[in-house]
Amino acid sequence: MMRYAARRLLGAIPTLFVIITLAFFMMRAAPGGPFDSERRLPPEVERNVKAAYNLDKPLAQQYWIYLGKLAHGDLGPSYKNKDFTVVQLIATGLPVSARLGVAAMTLALLLGTLLGVMAALKQNRWEDYSVMGAAMLGITIPTFVTAPLLTLVFGIYGVSLFGHELSLPVGGWNGGALANMILPVTVLALPQIAIVARLMRGSMIEVLRANYIRTARAKGLGTLRIVLGHALRAAALPLVSYLGPALAAVLTGSLIVEQIFGLPGIGRYFVQGALNRDYTLVLGVVICYAALIIALNFLADIVYGILDPRVRLT
Amino acid sequence: MIATGQTLKAVEEVKGRSLWVDARRRLLKNRAAVASIVILALVALLAVLAPLLSSYAYDDVNYDIISCAPNWWPAEAACRAPGHIFGTDAVGRDLFVRVLFGARVSLAVGLVATLVSLLIGVLYGAVAGYIGGRTDALMMRIVDILYSLPFIFFVIILMVMFDRNFILLFVAIGAVEWLTMARIVRGQTLSLKQKEFIEAARAGGVSPLGIITRHVIPNVVGPVMVYVTLTVPGVILTESFLSFLGLGIQEPLTSWGVLISDGADQMETAPWMLLFPALFMAVTLFCFNYVGDGLRDALDPKDR
Repeated sequence: MMRYAARRLLGAIPTLFVIITLAFFMMRAAPGGPFDSERRLPPEVERNVKAAYNLDKPLAQQYWIYLGKLAHGDLGPSYKNKDFTVVQLIATGLPVSARLGVAAMTLALLLGTLLGVMAALKQNRWEDYSVMGAAMLGITIPTFVTAPLLTLVFGIYGVSLFGHELSLPVGGWNGGALANMILPVTVLALPQIAIVARLMRGSMIEVLRANYIRTARAKGLGTLRIVLGHALRAAALPLVSYLGPALAAVLTGSLIVEQIFGLPGIGRYFVQGALNRDYTLVLGVVICYAALIIALNFLADIVYGILDPRVRLT
Repeated sequence: MIATGQTLKAVEEVKGRSLWVDARRRLLKNRAAVASIVILALVALLAVLAPLLSSYAYDDVNYDIISCAPNWWPAEAACRAPGHIFGTDAVGRDLFVRVLFGARVSLAVGLVATLVSLLIGVLYGAVAGYIGGRTDALMMRIVDILYSLPFIFFVIILMVMFDRNFILLFVAIGAVEWLTMARIVRGQTLSLKQKEFIEAARAGGVSPLGIITRHVIPNVVGPVMVYVTLTVPGVILTESFLSFLGLGIQEPLTSWGVLISDGADQMETAPWMLLFPALFMAVTLFCFNYVGDGLRDALDPKDR
């Protein structure tokens, strides 16, 4: 187990390296530079600016300088957000994105599992069909449709609930207030709820057919105890291996959600950085995302090994 | 007469049910899948016939009817545009025609990018699986590395790099979608490699490339087909995602993503601009997913 973990961690290094290299050279191959603007700078100013950011050196040398700084945890200055380093920007954006992501994933896992188990217990009955139909909707309707629709209904028109006029803020972060989080988290979680529910239903149906469940039934255990005590652990296995892709999906979803709701997370920095050719910022965010995804995939594999003794990690 | 009747009967008895006949029968029994196929065909037909179906062109600007509701719109609207069954957009273009032209682009991106991913993925996976050993380990390690890339970010960087080239959009999305395909095909190939008919072909002196193209690839069609029907909606989604961020198709051409993005900006005053493209896209994605599920059930030998 420990050896497996160590090997996997070592294996992550070349992956990260490839990502950094690819992203670095792809960004540089893009036509246009970060200091192109409507008004051309005087040549000597432009030269000085480029020299200050090492942009006048050969590409290979720039790459080495970047790697060297990266080894010290320095992602360089942001070209467009003056006076900020990329590390500072990520440090302000990441907590916002992380809170969104964690909240959305938690919601998805809880609600998705609940719905999936319910559908599995009522297989081929109306409960099952309605949950699965709704799940299909959740998967097929993209985030950028649900976001404006929910904004329209809950933010702009407002819904009266138990006599209270309920109107949620449609944008802004406001220090992470609950009201500001509800809409973005819901939008982010909806497709994941749907996928988790489908996964859970499928594996639950399979597990419920197993012999040990029949034994538990024969012993006279109630449905609730069978599900919670016996079936859920085995049925949750496919979910664990879905955690990695789910995180990637939530991260990409957060690009849209942060853009629509105007949240100061790193997804928004990425989109703006890509449009502005803010090389260092884009690189920094890509590295940050990649490290997160690799780390979570690694964690998911370890948890999988712990939950399923049949899987031997060597 | 009796004799021929008997021979016919004998022929019928001998005739086995192939995997494909079986699969088709099961698919046709799946009502959701059949309905989805019909709807998809309808959407495709509408997209192909788009210029014939309306008297407006997709880029006909009319400043007299800006953001007007269709005549039948039940809620109140600032203005109405008779003759435009889906209403008009922010510069007075007919929304119906634009939704259909958007369907053209979205479907084309979906199909072409899927084809690109199919070509790369099937060949890569079959080669890796068939050669095996170190080559396989290395090739799959590359796939693993690429897999852990946040691919959407690379597509975004690509789109920025090449200035939103339309053709490149196809290739870029296809080039990142092939990974799963390669994995599926490799897995299938690994198990096929052990089969006797491959052994026989090898003993008969067929070259490795010949075995891959003539014997391995035709036998992985089933799982690949399932994955293809699930890739198409994925690609359509990716394209509209990019278009929504402003990185995809450029005006006056349009796609569902662009239309939805424009519609979202105006949804308070002109909800139809969001509603129709969103509806078309959701229905199409819905149907593709049902067809994919239906195919998987039809081809899954476990369920027999």
